[in-house]
Amino acid sequence: MSAESLVSQMKFGLDAPICLTWELTYACNLQCVHCLSSSGQRDERELSTAEAKRVLDELRDLQVFYINIGGGEPMVRRDFFELVEYAIDNRIGVKFSTNGAFIDAARAKQLAAMDYLDIQISIDGADAATNDAVRGEGSYAMARRAMDHLASAGFGPFKISVVVTRQNVDQLDDFKAIADSYGAQLRVTRLRPSGRGADTWHQLHPTAQQQHQIYRWLLAHGENVLTGDSFFHLNALGESLPGLNMCGAGRVVCLIDPIGDVYACPFVIHDEFRAGSVRDSGGFAKVWKESELFRSLREPDNPGACGSCGNYDSCQGGCMAAKFFTGLPLDGPDPECVTGFGESQLMKVPVGIAPKPAMDHSKPVLLTRKR
Amino acid sequence: MAVSPAPELDQALGRRLELHPQVALRPEPFGALAYHYGNRRLIFLRHPDIVRVVRELGEYPTLEEALEGCGIDRSRWRSFVSALQSLESSEVIRER
Repeated sequence: MSAESLVSQMKFGLDAPICLTWELTYACNLQCVHCLSSSGQRDERELSTAEAKRVLDELRDLQVFYINIGGGEPMVRRDFFELVEYAIDNRIGVKFSTNGAFIDAARAKQLAAMDYLDIQISIDGADAATNDAVRGEGSYAMARRAMDHLASAGFGPFKISVVVTRQNVDQLDDFKAIADSYGAQLRVTRLRPSGRGADTWHQLHPTAQQQHQIYRWLLAHGENVLTGDSFFHLNALGESLPGLNMCGAGRVVCLIDPIGDVYACPFVIHDEFRAGSVRDSGGFAKVWKESELFRSLREPDNPGACGSCGNYDSCQGGCMAAKFFTGLPLDGPDPECVTGFGESQLMKVPVGIAPKPAMDHSKPVLLTRKR
Repeated sequence: MAVSPAPELDQALGRRLELHPQVALRPEPFGALAYHYGNRRLIFLRHPDIVRVVRELGEYPTLEEALEGCGIDRSRWRSFVSALQSLESSEVIRER
């Protein structure tokens, strides 16, 4: 079977997801301005330890090989280590994303002793000023401390995860140098207008010229830099970047949120992309296999307005979440379409029409109290 | 695909192979997904027949007997040997 027909097979969906993200909590010590899940405060409906273990039992039976744990800040959960160990004992590998706040020397040693565990520490600037403007005061130093602890504990090659923005695009080489200095692996992903990112995307997303810059940089670094296949919209610029070059939402990818709701991908926390809940009878497996939403996402793509553009085979019309949360039709160009079609469409979107994320767990703004 | 000369094919057929103990196979409509817990690589097995052979390799004394035992037609042996070589290089299978 050729690579191409493999991709078309995958578009009809797999028996279980390859890449399942599980946000364990909406609680977070940070308030990043682009947080894709609008995290901050814990949701009281959060899955209990017992419920979370039942989901892990299901994932083991479905032979989900590994899960990506995120949040919020997943290490905030008191049962974090219990759940990670439970997953690993059931042969479900874990990769978790953290801002590093809770990785001290002792935790780093504990993490280094575990098999089948990968850690991804987020920074969004190669220096404190650039990073902290997005992730909050002190967050750069905090992340670097966690990296230092992991390195001294002999964790091995952890990952450093960067969301590429207008402000940090010139620092790609610096990020690579930081990763190399730790023997770590760099992962760069695309900024989506999801969660709080909906409010900041217009200021933070890379300019048209910067899109070219990202494309050339990724092409030059090939498989040495991980991308979560998130830049396939750039393939319209020429040679394809490494990866599957398709939207995996509901086909090979999905999200379980902290309260057990299942969404098509981590970037579409909105009722329109909610497939069901792990709390429904039949659990996760039934949602994955039978939900109407996932079935519809596994139908052949409709290129819509992009059908007449010669680039559609390369870019697949881009990212569903990016279109949805900027108010663009799903069967049209991506807002960052490299031909500029998306940008001109964006200008026609009336103010206030773009859908709002389903939930907001941001911490309330602290007002100065009058005495 | 390079066609190996007969002696090389014979040599390959005499080898004792097995599924790597750190690899899990998950059936899929196109064949199977293989995941290596050690190197974290995901590999696609693109035909149910190759999945069967990979699964059962370890239960036969040699590759030849595994292919016979799984009912693979002799005309397909060369392509199976070449597919298995690439699976060995990605550590899905290994020498016993």
